[in-house]
Amino acid sequence: MSAFILNFIFLFLPAEPVQEVTLEQLQARVIQQNNDTLYVVNFWATWCKPCVAELPYFETAAAQFKTQKVKVLLVSLDFIRDKQKLDKFVVERTIKNEVVLLNAGNPNVWIDKIEPEWGGAIPATLLYRNGEKLFFREGEFEQTELDSLIQTKLN
Amino acid sequence: MNRLILLATTFFFLVSFKPDGGYKVGDVATDFKLLNVTGSMISLGDNKVAQGFIVVFTCNHCPFSVKYEDRINELNKKYATKGYPVVAINSNDVLQYDEDSYDNMIIRAKEKNFSFPYLHDETQAVAKSYGATRTPHVYIVQKEKDNLIVKYIGAIDDNADDAAAVKHKYVENAVDALLAAKPVNPDFTKAIGCSIKWKK
Repeated sequence: MSAFILNFIFLFLPAEPVQEVTLEQLQARVIQQNNDTLYVVNFWATWCKPCVAELPYFETAAAQFKTQKVKVLLVSLDFIRDKQKLDKFVVERTIKNEVVLLNAGNPNVWIDKIEPEWGGAIPATLLYRNGEKLFFREGEFEQTELDSLIQTKLN
Repeated sequence: MNRLILLATTFFFLVSFKPDGGYKVGDVATDFKLLNVTGSMISLGDNKVAQGFIVVFTCNHCPFSVKYEDRINELNKKYATKGYPVVAINSNDVLQYDEDSYDNMIIRAKEKNFSFPYLHDETQAVAKSYGATRTPHVYIVQKEKDNLIVKYIGAIDDNADDAAAVKHKYVENAVDALLAAKPVNPDFTKAIGCSIKWKK
């Protein structure tokens, strides 16, 4: 009976609710991977309008390259106390790419560990494969730009 | 062949050369003349008694800037009398963010009782010359003879979300060091923030 109720609950939970990750967990997930997958990592937040505006481009790109070894990870820099707001946003917008909430402490320490050239403005996007950083941009994307960037890195 | 190599290297340097990202610590900052929310034009040079300035690139719309409004007010209250007043500058493109318009700056300054000038960098020239990229983005400059020398670039502190949980008050630490004639350490920090919205 209780198993039935549990199943029932899980049925109505979003498939991938937003996980909170540390910097080390994020690095282990994408930066230190050795599996030929191209990781497209986008730093964003629900409060950042240009970030929200470009989210559909990342959704479209992920769908377009779904048969290839491409993984888009949306790393939210929302305030930790706004986790519920983020969860709601992800469900309401039916965001299919995986979203994680970064809880990494002092930005002055962790920003450089991701990218020394990054001043801290978002959106920011990085590409990795086999532990190697292939691309970094502090700024927005257009759909065609993002698609051709991913295509270039797959070739 | 040599020419080809030269051409190739020149090209390499051209494409790998990054545009000057504004000021670095130690650089001489140029003064500006910008419209304050009071309606008057303000230059740093107008203030003859200041030893330096806490120049804060900020804006109305950015949640990070909003989080810091009270702290920026406190900074001015604490350091203006000691010779380091705050000068806040909004450089965002009004077309992209109506909330950052001059009229809305006036409203916000009144609402929050800004105790410091809140200037409109309408042409974005000041943000570009300083190299500001996000809000809030702080540049502390110190007067040395007739020059303004950049002494600190970066974040106000290490916790935008929660002022009570701040461990490192970077700007206070920097101004305290300048007041004590000591080296500023750290003199460069990073923070997450909204990107400054450039005109298209």
